[in-house]
Amino acid sequence: MMFTDVVFYVLAAILLLSGLRVITTRNPVHAALFLVLAFFTAAGIWLLLQAEFLAIALILVYVGAVMVLFLFVVMMLDINIDKLREGFWEYLPMAGTIGLLMIVEMGMVLAEKNLRPSQAVTLPPNYSNTAELGKVLYTDYLLPFELASVVLLVAMIAAIVLTLRDRKDSKSMNPADQVKVKRNDRLRIISMPAEVEPEHVAPEEEK
Amino acid sequence: MVGLSHYLILGALMFGISVIGIFLNRKNVIILLMAIELMLLAVNLNFIAFSHYLNDIAGQVFVFFILTVAAAESAIGLAILVVLFRNLRTINVDDLDQLKG
Repeated sequence: MMFTDVVFYVLAAILLLSGLRVITTRNPVHAALFLVLAFFTAAGIWLLLQAEFLAIALILVYVGAVMVLFLFVVMMLDINIDKLREGFWEYLPMAGTIGLLMIVEMGMVLAEKNLRPSQAVTLPPNYSNTAELGKVLYTDYLLPFELASVVLLVAMIAAIVLTLRDRKDSKSMNPADQVKVKRNDRLRIISMPAEVEPEHVAPEEEK
Repeated sequence: MVGLSHYLILGALMFGISVIGIFLNRKNVIILLMAIELMLLAVNLNFIAFSHYLNDIAGQVFVFFILTVAAAESAIGLAILVVLFRNLRTINVDDLDQLKG
């Protein structure tokens, strides 16, 4: 048994256990943290498959951004967990049947002898996964690559617009309203006839 | 010797776990989103295993795009979740019956 085999089995065991804990744990914060562990071990398995760039991207994008977003949302919302856990194990027989059926079906397909390709190709020592991926990404897959950036832009704008709420107590000005203002909005001219005050005559008797 | 089928069976097991998780956590939208992330992880594992054993880089390009779309999906999903909680004060799927039809 080679060293990489031992590493694979250890990482696979950790991945499966953390996946099980994600779906069965009571506290959503713990579920998010177990999902972080699952992503880490998955990145390790991808490193075994010599996909270095994607392994690092998985850690940076998922553990660094997406899971932090999950943790923020989980901690921001005030969730009544007991209500959500009602009848948690009720559907276990059906869920287990369907899940096991899917796993067994896929296992039967994988057990077919014709599907097993030969040994992995040994790559030359100066092989760079990132460079190869970049070459393909910027030539053959250039249009999908740019569409992916549009998808990210749309997602960003959608997330901002969905969660934006205008505050009532903010003191901001709308410049368009300021420009559109007319004289009559600010100034009221009322007709006011002049009053002539009677001339005050100082009484001289007192002196 | 660990071969392609070991990785594929690992991916199948991860996929099965997340399917079971979707059934069990049918009331909690946050865990549902996490189960979907686990599913995509299993699919990505299959793509990378095939890419490695068939020596074809295209599989890794697809994983790249799946990661992009999954990040966008979870960002929008969490934004919808926040708006939902702000309006209804709950994330229980059973309470989401405002839409009649």
